[in-house]
Amino acid sequence: MKQKTFRFSHLFLGIVLAVMYLPIVLLVVYSFNESKISSVWGGFSFKWYQQLFRDKQMFEALWNSIILGVLSSVSAAILGTLGAFGMTKIKCRSNHVMEYLVTLPIMTPEIILAMVFLAFFSLLGLPFGMTTLVLGHTAFCVPYVFMLVKASLVGMDSSLAEAARDLGATEIQVFRDITLPLVAPAIASGMVLSFAMSFDDVIISLFVTGVNVNTLPIRVYTQIKTGVTPEINALCTLMLAATLVLVAVSAVIGRKKPNINEQQKENV
Amino acid sequence: MSDQILQLKQIEKSFGNTKVLDGIDLQLHRGEFITLLGASGCGKTTTLRIIAGLETPDSGSVLLDGVDVTAVPPEKRNVNTVFQNYALFPHMSVADNIGYGLKLKKVSKSEIQAKVKEMLELVQLSEYGSRMPAELSGGQRQRVAIARALAVQPQILLLDEPLGALDLQLRRQMQFELKRLQKQLGITFLYITHDQEEALNMSDRIAVMRQGRFEQIGTPNEIYDSPKTAYVAKFVGEANILKGKVTQSGKVVCVETAAGTALAICKRCGAAEGKSVSIAVRSENVSFAPYQPDAQGLAAVIREKNFAGGMLRIVLELKDGQTLIASRHGIDLPAQVGDEMTVFWNAEQAIVVEDVEEGKL
Repeated sequence: MKQKTFRFSHLFLGIVLAVMYLPIVLLVVYSFNESKISSVWGGFSFKWYQQLFRDKQMFEALWNSIILGVLSSVSAAILGTLGAFGMTKIKCRSNHVMEYLVTLPIMTPEIILAMVFLAFFSLLGLPFGMTTLVLGHTAFCVPYVFMLVKASLVGMDSSLAEAARDLGATEIQVFRDITLPLVAPAIASGMVLSFAMSFDDVIISLFVTGVNVNTLPIRVYTQIKTGVTPEINALCTLMLAATLVLVAVSAVIGRKKPNINEQQKENV
Repeated sequence: MSDQILQLKQIEKSFGNTKVLDGIDLQLHRGEFITLLGASGCGKTTTLRIIAGLETPDSGSVLLDGVDVTAVPPEKRNVNTVFQNYALFPHMSVADNIGYGLKLKKVSKSEIQAKVKEMLELVQLSEYGSRMPAELSGGQRQRVAIARALAVQPQILLLDEPLGALDLQLRRQMQFELKRLQKQLGITFLYITHDQEEALNMSDRIAVMRQGRFEQIGTPNEIYDSPKTAYVAKFVGEANILKGKVTQSGKVVCVETAAGTALAICKRCGAAEGKSVSIAVRSENVSFAPYQPDAQGLAAVIREKNFAGGMLRIVLELKDGQTLIASRHGIDLPAQVGDEMTVFWNAEQAIVVEDVEEGKL
C-alpha cells in the first residue's frame, strides 16, 4: 500500500504552495462572483468584467502605466548601459566610490526618494504629470540596469574585444559587433526589471504625479480606499493572465537555444 | 623586398615598477617559424602583444616590412593573433567567426563564403561551419581560431601558447599540423611557448627569453648543442651546471671546480685562464663507474635512483655537496644508493657556458 505512506515533505510542500497560490486562486475565482460582497459566493458571472471594460478611467490608468513603464525602462536602459560602459572604460581610483553612488538609490527607502523628487521637481518648476513621472521612474530604475550590465561587462573575456581589433575592427565596430550583442541579454533583463518596477510603483508615483494623470497602481489604491469592488479582482485576473502569457513566451524562446553546457559535454 | 618581415628595435616596456622588456632586438625572416621560449613571466606574451599592437612599448620601435608601425593600432596591422584561450566570438557560428575579418574588410559575401570554405578545409573542419563555438571540443576551437586568423591573410601569424590547454596526444598532433600549415602557406609564424619540446620540434629558430631579454637566438640545434648561457642549457634539455675557474685554456678546457677538475670544450666563448665559467653537461652524457682513487673524474656518492618516464634518473652527490643528475635507459643498474662512484664525461659533451646570475641582467 504505497500511496498511504505519509511524508512530511509532501505536507511541507503543500503548505508552501498553498500560502503562495491560495490568495491568487481565490482572487481569480471571486472575479467571477455574482455577489457584490467578496466573501459571499453569489453564482458565476462576467458582470465585473463587463463593468471593468466600461470603466474608461481604469483603462486610461492602465494605458498611462504602460506608457510610463516603456518610456522609463527604455531611458533607464540607455542611461544605465552607457554608465556601465563608461565605468569599465575609465580606470581611476574613485571608481568604487562612483559605483557606490550609482547603486545607493537601491538601498535608499523609497519614501525618501519620493520626497527628494517632489522637492526637486517643484524647485525646477516642472509641471507635475507624465514628464515628472518618467523622470522619477527613470531615475530609480537606472541603478538596476547599471548593476546588471556592469556585471555582464566585467564577466566578459577581454580577449574577445582584442581578437576583434586584431581582425581589423575599430573600437566602434567592436562595440557594435562584439560587446553589444554579448551584453544584450543583461540590458534586456534590466529593461524588463525596470518595467516591472515602474509598473507597480505606488509611492514615488503618488508624490510626483499631477492631478490629471493616474497610473494603474494609484487608481487601484484610491479605489480600495472607497471600498473594494470585485471589478478590481477582474482587473487583477486579466493582468495575471497577461503575465502568464509573457512568462510562457519567454520560456519558449529560452528553450529554443540549445543548452550550451550539455552540448559541450557530448562533444568532448 | 628584404628578407626581414619584422624588426623589433630596442623595445622597452614596464608595467608599474616592473620592467617586463629590457631593450629587446629581434628580426623575423620571411616565411620562418620562430619560437619565443621562456618561463612564465619572462615577457614573451608582452613581446607578442606589442607586435600585434595590443600593447604600446615605452620606447623602441616595431618595423613591419620596413615600415614603422609602433603607433599603428592593431586593426591597421597586417598581423594576426591566435589567442591562448582562442577568444572565439561565442555569439557567432564557426563560419561567421572565420568570416568576421573579411566582413570588416568589406569583401563581398560570395568571396567570404568561398574563403571560409577554403579555411574550413584547410583546418579539416568542413562539416562544422554552422556550429557554435560552445559546441566544439578544445582541439576544434583551436583550429577555428587558427582559421579565423589566417582568413585575413596576415603577413605574420602570432600564436600565444595555442596548445597549452590541450592534452598531450592532441598537442603532438596539433604541433605536426601547425608545422604543416606553416610550410603549406609560407607565412611567418611567431610561436610562444614554455615547452622546450614543442619549441625544438617545430621551430626554424628559437629565441630563449629570460627576464625581458633574449639569452640566445638560434636554430634548435644550436640552442641544444651549444647553449650560450647556463640558463639556456638548463631550460632546454635540463643540463647539469658546474661552476669553476679555467686552469688550462685551449680547445679542451680544464675547469677547476669545488668538486675537482673537469674537462669541457669551448664552442662560442673565449675561455682565458683564470676566468670564472660554468660547464653544462646533459644528464644522458654523465657517465660513472665504481670509485677508484687514481681514476680521472669527480668522486661522488649515489643518493637516489628514480625510475620516471622510461628513464632511470640517478642523483649523484659530489664532494662539495652539489648534486649531478645522470640518466640511463633501463629499469635498474647494479650500483646501489650509497655506493661511491667516479663521475666523468667525454669532454666533447660538456660545454663551457656564460654564467649570467639571476638579477644581474
